[in-house]
Amino acid sequence: MTQNTIYFFWDCLQYLINGIAQGSLYAIVALGYTMVYGIIRLVNFAHGEFLMLGAFCGYFALKFHLPMPVAIIASMLGAGIVALIVERMIYRPIRNEGRIPALITAIGASLFFQYTGQLVFGADPKTVPPVFKEVLYTFGEVNVSNIQVFIFGLTLLILLFLWWLTHYTKIGVAMRATSFNLKAAELMGINTNKIIAFTFFLGASLAGLAGILMGYTMSVEPMMGMSLGLKAFVAAVVGGIGVIPGAALGGFILGIAENMVAGLYKSSFRDGVSFFILIIILLIKPSGILGKNVKEKV
Amino acid sequence: MDYYLQILTNVGIFITLTLSLNLINGYCGQFSLGHAGFWGVGAYASAVYGVYFALPIDPALNMAIALSIGFVAAALCGLLIGIPCLRLKGDYLAIATIGFSEILRIIIMNTESIGGPRGFTNIPRWSNSWWVWGIALAVTLFMLNLKRSAHGRAIISIREDEIAAETMGVNLFRYKLFSFIVGAGIAGMAGSLVAHDQQFLHPNNFSFMWSVCILVMVILGGQGSVSGSIVGAVILTILPEILKLIGSNVSTWRVSIYAALMIILMLTRPQGIFGPHELFEKKRLKGVA
Repeated sequence: MTQNTIYFFWDCLQYLINGIAQGSLYAIVALGYTMVYGIIRLVNFAHGEFLMLGAFCGYFALKFHLPMPVAIIASMLGAGIVALIVERMIYRPIRNEGRIPALITAIGASLFFQYTGQLVFGADPKTVPPVFKEVLYTFGEVNVSNIQVFIFGLTLLILLFLWWLTHYTKIGVAMRATSFNLKAAELMGINTNKIIAFTFFLGASLAGLAGILMGYTMSVEPMMGMSLGLKAFVAAVVGGIGVIPGAALGGFILGIAENMVAGLYKSSFRDGVSFFILIIILLIKPSGILGKNVKEKV
Repeated sequence: MDYYLQILTNVGIFITLTLSLNLINGYCGQFSLGHAGFWGVGAYASAVYGVYFALPIDPALNMAIALSIGFVAAALCGLLIGIPCLRLKGDYLAIATIGFSEILRIIIMNTESIGGPRGFTNIPRWSNSWWVWGIALAVTLFMLNLKRSAHGRAIISIREDEIAAETMGVNLFRYKLFSFIVGAGIAGMAGSLVAHDQQFLHPNNFSFMWSVCILVMVILGGQGSVSGSIVGAVILTILPEILKLIGSNVSTWRVSIYAALMIILMLTRPQGIFGPHELFEKKRLKGVA
């Protein structure tokens, strides 16, 4: 092998690692999408805005010199509480109107938060004060930062937590029952309104967590939720919407593909890749990689 | 005076766009969220004709050629996108159309010969409000006639119940594709009007945000209603200008107000102002309508 080929492989490895780190963030956001979709079949376009609001909560907490764990909890709680309010005031009244009105309402909520956020917080990107010291570990020609490792570890932990929650707790079983059949779950005495609200809270707090991590590695701005939210949704669809491991898988696939294309070809095609993958998946298997096929009944 | 004329032209363009989306969303019930993509394709295609291939003939003839190029280019895109996407339903279709329109925008962004991220300039000015309003009127008449024709009824039956329509012998795929292509083509014509009116195009003028704006116009008026689409387009194009008159402070809240309007509309009257009905409609027998 020539020197160039070896460097090419080192480069690929570096993009792979960056991709996994970025894919972890997508995965965390996609989990929220997939849980909400799984339970009420609503594409929650405002999910990216929960992320943005969570990021701002964390940003202000760090601005007031609170430690990082407090900031993380603040952003998770902030996003979760906003989600609870939005669910109660907007989504619950419209839940029985059919899917398209709900979708339009979600787009409306998303736009409302984006543009009101621009007016309230200002449209300029804000840098989060650095709390961690970034350490680079070098293996051969590849660099891995401690933040990347932290994000990846956190994603695995969240996945484990969700698996435990949905399989070994009462509320998790109720969530699965509700997503399987809402009416039947109600007949079995499950308070489905409470379960749906809890799902929104859980999904949004994960989004808030991703928001502060995202804001920490880049910057915080009112429009940050838009593209990240769309991509996380794409990740959820690619992995199979409604399936929790699918969301994580989709997130990783998207993150890796984006970084590979941006690194090896052209960075301006970065945003196009995710949609390209989405369309390929929708054509081959519309229910997603890990999704189940549902037959239409008359 | 120019200012008011510009608003009037914009109203005409948005009426055309709203009617074309109404064909896909309102008549056929296919939830497309990528309409700005077709608009952009039409605009760029006819602008390419205007800049690189313009014939030395009368501007009116050139405009007619540009309009047909806009229509054909956008309709071809509609065909390409429609064949795979129309197998999907509801929110999946919405996401796939967003994806396609974003891909189109990114391709335009990365093509240097049509300006790329700097925008496309020096487009000849062939269009004027006569063209805009002529097209708007023609599209209105077409939509009204289509709604009453056998083809239109077949399309509407798909919206009402796909399985029942299929059982009655409606070729689902063909009619979905028809409405998708014609809707896309008309949006392309609107794009060509914009290109030759403003003489400048930028890929961000055709982003997801604008697809949503057109959608809100359709929904505000009432999905499936021609008069509704016109009223929705007029209200939502003039409203920002009125807000500007009230005060610059208010007009910065424009999109927030739109969004709030959208949510309130869905909560109180999800069928829009007119519902599927028209402004002047003959009374039908009970049970037939």
